[in-house]
Amino acid sequence: MKRLRVLEPLAWVGPAVVLIALVVLWPVIEMVRTSFLEVSRFGVVRGWNGTENYDKLFAETDFWPVMLRSLIWVVAVVGFTVLISLALAQLFNQRFPGRKIARWALIAPWAASVLMTSIIFKWMLDPEVGIINLIRRDLGLIPAMGGADADQLGQAATAFPWLIFVAVFVSVPFTTYALLAGLATIPSDVYEAAKMDGASKFRTYWSITLPLLRPALTVAALINVMNVFNSFPIIWSMTHGQPGYSTATSTIFMFILKGSNIGESAAMSVVNFGMVIVLTAIFLKISKWKQEVA
Amino acid sequence: MAHSRPVAGGAMPSVKKVVIAGSAYVIAFIFLFPYLVMLLTALRPQSSLREAEYFPSSFEWSNLLNFWTGGLADNLLVTLKVAAGSTLLVLLVALPAAYYSARHNFRGRTAFLILVLITQMFQPTAMLVGIYREFYQFGLVDSTWSLILVNGGFNLAFAVWILNAYFASIPRELEEAAFMDGNGRFGALFRITLPLAMPGVITALIFTFIAAWNEFVVALTLTTSPENQPLTVALNSFIGQYSVDWQNLFAGSVIATLPVIILFALIERKVVGGLTAGSIK
Repeated sequence: MKRLRVLEPLAWVGPAVVLIALVVLWPVIEMVRTSFLEVSRFGVVRGWNGTENYDKLFAETDFWPVMLRSLIWVVAVVGFTVLISLALAQLFNQRFPGRKIARWALIAPWAASVLMTSIIFKWMLDPEVGIINLIRRDLGLIPAMGGADADQLGQAATAFPWLIFVAVFVSVPFTTYALLAGLATIPSDVYEAAKMDGASKFRTYWSITLPLLRPALTVAALINVMNVFNSFPIIWSMTHGQPGYSTATSTIFMFILKGSNIGESAAMSVVNFGMVIVLTAIFLKISKWKQEVA
Repeated sequence: MAHSRPVAGGAMPSVKKVVIAGSAYVIAFIFLFPYLVMLLTALRPQSSLREAEYFPSSFEWSNLLNFWTGGLADNLLVTLKVAAGSTLLVLLVALPAAYYSARHNFRGRTAFLILVLITQMFQPTAMLVGIYREFYQFGLVDSTWSLILVNGGFNLAFAVWILNAYFASIPRELEEAAFMDGNGRFGALFRITLPLAMPGVITALIFTFIAAWNEFVVALTLTTSPENQPLTVALNSFIGQYSVDWQNLFAGSVIATLPVIILFALIERKVVGGLTAGSIK
């Protein structure tokens, strides 16, 4: 009977643990292991080869530019996302007729597959018939359709900002909703007290709203950091990391390497994994997360 | 002069309100815009697709029907299998785990909840090579089963968290009263607790379904033959070809996108809590 009591939790919780171990933990171990193996193009393991995959990866001419670009990608996308979402949360927190419908419209990019949204943006940026280029032509920003000016995704200088734009576009809805949920937890009497004290609107926002919003802001930004760093479909469907590797981030580079050398690709994944952990730690330190929790 | 203040005070907010409502509508429109373009493009006649015009001059509703004969029906079926399969898997595995960890204090409970929390932070993209290598060794590459397993595993954390919160919020006394009434332990569970936790169950169900429906990168890695690819991968491969078949692509996109936007609207309120709750606690 006593034995049964020990086994009871296993019956209820066990399957969940097994599924997590099988699908989430095993691949992590397999990934780290593969990064120290020599694997042929067809998946045959030829044996251990020490740190050779890492040596090869660090020696790639594109490696450091890719890492730097990944960092810019995360900082830019998360930064713009947070700033825009703060403004939108404030706006959508006001009372106005049709608020429910307006808020609902904001859900679309969050619910839809990121891949689909990226494909639509690629279509809207089509050099010959894309609607964004039509608008740009009619605003006098480009002389005509079809030229090099209209081929925004064909050049690194204009492609990368567009990729950042799309990433912000799909990240803003969740972030805004998380901030709206945060705003809803702020009691209204705090604002009444500030009003009594004659605090200006800006001052009230800066000294009351923002500090009280910090837990929601920290969590939303953190989820964004991890999502954006591991983002793949936007760049893959819109530019494939091209021209050259000029719009590739670490995940794209990892995926391209997978086609030629899976060991080196695994090494790239391990580096990517480490970067996420380091970035998360830095982020938590900056946002003084620990003080917040304690 | 004494009268002017209240009048101005009464007029000002309404101007403010118009500005607020106006800008909110404009922003709402911007966020819907790509999906409206998608819908309009899907309905354009094939012949007018490469014409530079804002609005199509005529609509061809049969485009959406051509989708079925264009070969994408198989891919839609794969997507449905993967989404339904992983949703079922998540419910079967998450329900008992969430219920038990909400009701009982057992050894390893904290460790289990931390494990779930860490899982939520992990992204399949980050460990794609590991996933590929694992399923290659299992001989499960290019199989719908592997997609069901991976999607189930990565969405389990959200389901456990949200269900755990729901079960914990239902008073134990209610269940015990039903148990006393002679329902038996499982009878009480199925007749009282589960119905009360239904909003959480439905949220977990829809969330997993959408996530699996939208999934791209794992399917891109694990499927090789065209007929085994879900809709996302199949649609993406349209672009890879020399000339993009935008027509079929957008008919497919509409079918891949509209259902999930509508489904998501139903659970939006609870999703924010589920995604952030674990991290705040």
